[in-house]
Amino acid sequence: MENIRTYDLVVIGGGAAGLAAALKAYENGVKDVLILEKEPCLGGILQQCIHNGFGLHTFKEQLSGPEYAQRFIDKVLETDIQYKLNSYVVSITKEKDVYYSNDEDGFCHIKARSIVMATGCTERTPGAIMLEGDRVAGILTAGQAQKYLNIDGYLVGKKVFILGSGDIGLIMARRMTLEGAKVMGVAELMPYSNGLSRNIAQCLNDFDIPLYLSHTVKQVVGKDHVEKVIIAKVDEKFNYVPDSEMIFDVDTLILSVGLVPYNIILEDIGTKMSSTRGAYVDENYQTSVEGIFACGNALHVHDLVDFVSEEANMAGISASKYLKGELNNTSEVTLTKNGNGISYIVPQQYRLDNIEDKIAFKFRVRKPYHKVKVVIKADGQEIKSIVKPHMLPAEMETIKLDKKILVECKELTFEIKED
Amino acid sequence: MYDIIIVGAGVTGCFIARELARYKLNVLVLEKNNDVGNETTSANSAIIHSGYDPLPGTLKAKLNVEGNKMYDQVCEELDVSFKRIGSITVALDDKQVETLKELQIRAKENGVETILLTREELLEKEPMLSKDVVAGLLAPTAGIIDPFNLSVHLMENAIDNGVKLILDEEVTSIVKKEGNFLINDKYEAKVVINATGVNGDLVNELINDKTFDIMPRKGQYYVFDHFKRPFVNHTLFMVPSDKGKGVLISPTTSGNYLVGPSANLVARDEKSTDKGTLNNVKEQANNMIENIPYYETIRTFAGIRATPSTHDFIIEESETENFINVVGIESPGLASSPAIAKKVVEEIIAKKFDLVKKDDFNPYVRKYIKMKSLSIEERQRYFKENKDYGTIVCKCEQVSKGEIIDCLKRSCPPRSIKGLKRRLRVGFGKCQGGMCQPLALEILAEYYGVDRKEIPYDGTKSYILYKETKGGK
Repeated sequence: MENIRTYDLVVIGGGAAGLAAALKAYENGVKDVLILEKEPCLGGILQQCIHNGFGLHTFKEQLSGPEYAQRFIDKVLETDIQYKLNSYVVSITKEKDVYYSNDEDGFCHIKARSIVMATGCTERTPGAIMLEGDRVAGILTAGQAQKYLNIDGYLVGKKVFILGSGDIGLIMARRMTLEGAKVMGVAELMPYSNGLSRNIAQCLNDFDIPLYLSHTVKQVVGKDHVEKVIIAKVDEKFNYVPDSEMIFDVDTLILSVGLVPYNIILEDIGTKMSSTRGAYVDENYQTSVEGIFACGNALHVHDLVDFVSEEANMAGISASKYLKGELNNTSEVTLTKNGNGISYIVPQQYRLDNIEDKIAFKFRVRKPYHKVKVVIKADGQEIKSIVKPHMLPAEMETIKLDKKILVECKELTFEIKED
Repeated sequence: MYDIIIVGAGVTGCFIARELARYKLNVLVLEKNNDVGNETTSANSAIIHSGYDPLPGTLKAKLNVEGNKMYDQVCEELDVSFKRIGSITVALDDKQVETLKELQIRAKENGVETILLTREELLEKEPMLSKDVVAGLLAPTAGIIDPFNLSVHLMENAIDNGVKLILDEEVTSIVKKEGNFLINDKYEAKVVINATGVNGDLVNELINDKTFDIMPRKGQYYVFDHFKRPFVNHTLFMVPSDKGKGVLISPTTSGNYLVGPSANLVARDEKSTDKGTLNNVKEQANNMIENIPYYETIRTFAGIRATPSTHDFIIEESETENFINVVGIESPGLASSPAIAKKVVEEIIAKKFDLVKKDDFNPYVRKYIKMKSLSIEERQRYFKENKDYGTIVCKCEQVSKGEIIDCLKRSCPPRSIKGLKRRLRVGFGKCQGGMCQPLALEILAEYYGVDRKEIPYDGTKSYILYKETKGGK
């Protein structure tokens, strides 16, 4: 007879989100917790982010990625939270069976009373953006190049061009420059940058690396390896502007063109997914499968790790409540809707009587805005409007609303109102 | 001195090598790339056509139909994924239905079973199709195959049965010396088989006058990730027109989907992709299915087909005695290739040598272990033998380190990241190696006992790592 071990909480992913969720659940009385981490150490992607700037909100100081992770790892080590490394979860079921594999236990089947999905995200690939030209060596995603550089100790090229102004790309522009590579430029398809303003300043401007807005790579040229990259200007409809080509003789093209929540095992069990390609969740970060919660970049891509930790805390608390039978899953739900100018909202639904006093709504705008209002409507009736001096797609917005103002309604809409 | 040298290790060369391995012959294969099946063989629609389409009487028609029938046995012996899912040619108006009827007559002449489907029958089989469809022509014997594993496993089996393979050896000179051939001043053979695909005319002209041209034709595709929602169940073709065969939408043996190809004549070695052409593919495909999930695209690619100026396969002894051309193998080349090899050996080679079968020829490759498809108990059994079966390297496709090491120990092992990808699907999934490439690279370097810088992405010159950082390891 197979003796299947059942844990109160299994956290899938031991990165920023998983560590915080596990700790918060533990603090709230869940003592039988297992973290399953696919890499040889806890900390997730933070371990390769050796630049600083992490923790300004959480710890009020500037930490590197590994330092930020270590603060959480140290806390985990002080508890009875169990963890397994090199352990990849290949599948789960709606009944919360968890199947994982590693080089110590082999292929294992365990059960969980609750699960937190903290599986992070992956980078968009050359194929996903239909990169044009030769599909040769020397085209890497920024995270790949970062892993080779910061963990494995190898530089991937000496003359580099970067497509996409996502934060990892900007960080890598500086990092590769410091390692002796020549970064020839960064092209961004949109007319505005997709990275944090501080990264544009500190990673490009400080090193005289040009940023070409409204430009993209028109063609990669090379026989065995990248030999040159041809970029071109694009118009509002993203069509190439004639005669705007610029040729860069480079051996490497780094892609920093967006991140996508990584949810293969959730999708496989038919969990309801949202437009972010993360799970569809409620105010408790619970997915459409009761007792399975999602947070961090697996839910929606965050720009600051501090916000990941904060969100994961909520998911950890929810898992503890669920295990104590304190989550109400029966009352009427209100759906949130992204109106004009807003690309998504998390959570996608909520139950008014589950909210204690405040609820945080997270969203991104579709394009940069200046001096606009975010208008919130309950079934079409405006209940609140907030003036925002600046809003950028690169920066996640959070609006916390008092329960008092959230009248009972079927649909709560967020939209941008321009003057 | 070899009895036979095969130039080119695409699927045609691999099939011929494996066919010759049955006999007591000394056979060498020369390949210019660092892997087999590295060109046209691994960049096509991955389908085994039924054979109703080629003009009756052509080699294409005959060998396609024969080859199609051979695939069940070949794939059983060589442990290659193959599924007879059937193809459907979809008519979008009444005029196209007339073409379907003509194709059905052609099918009958070629000896291929086809069934004309009414609109209702068609939509029942393929509910995602546009409601504008009028009728369909089902060819139940058409199938889908893993073309990457096919060429590798063919060569593995050929090598296991005594054939020799030399990689990274581009043939640049062929001379006749005392009745035999001398290739690259190094390799001597009594008979040379030219199976060099898109370069077939150039290699022929190393020893013969020009008698044909090979016109490289490029086809571009979208590859979708595998997903569990329903999409298409058959290979769906458009009705061929003056503009060509049109695009297809097809599942692959790994559960992915292909949409393509385009068709444009290009310069040799021109394998780039471009949005204009791919958008055109999209427009054509959208006539068949309205809501194609292009957001599932994980890769786009282009393959080159070796279109012969003769419009039919060229399988014959050339003007130079004992120099045999097997070229111009464009579509339906993959489907025809087992029959092509059989024809070459039985009709041409049999006249050159006294063919004596080896007593110990083993037609089977040792079964590949696919942890993903095994039960918990079976996985644990492998794990207890070797802990590497517990370490999952490629997360998206769930491939273990044990499977990679097993593959490396075989007789036609991967030497590059792409070689590994083609054999085991490492890096084939949603993240396209974003997560696992550094680990895969490390395993290859460790196995071959070289620095990671020495492991290429694809060809020998296609390095991934440029140099160590200042701090070193």
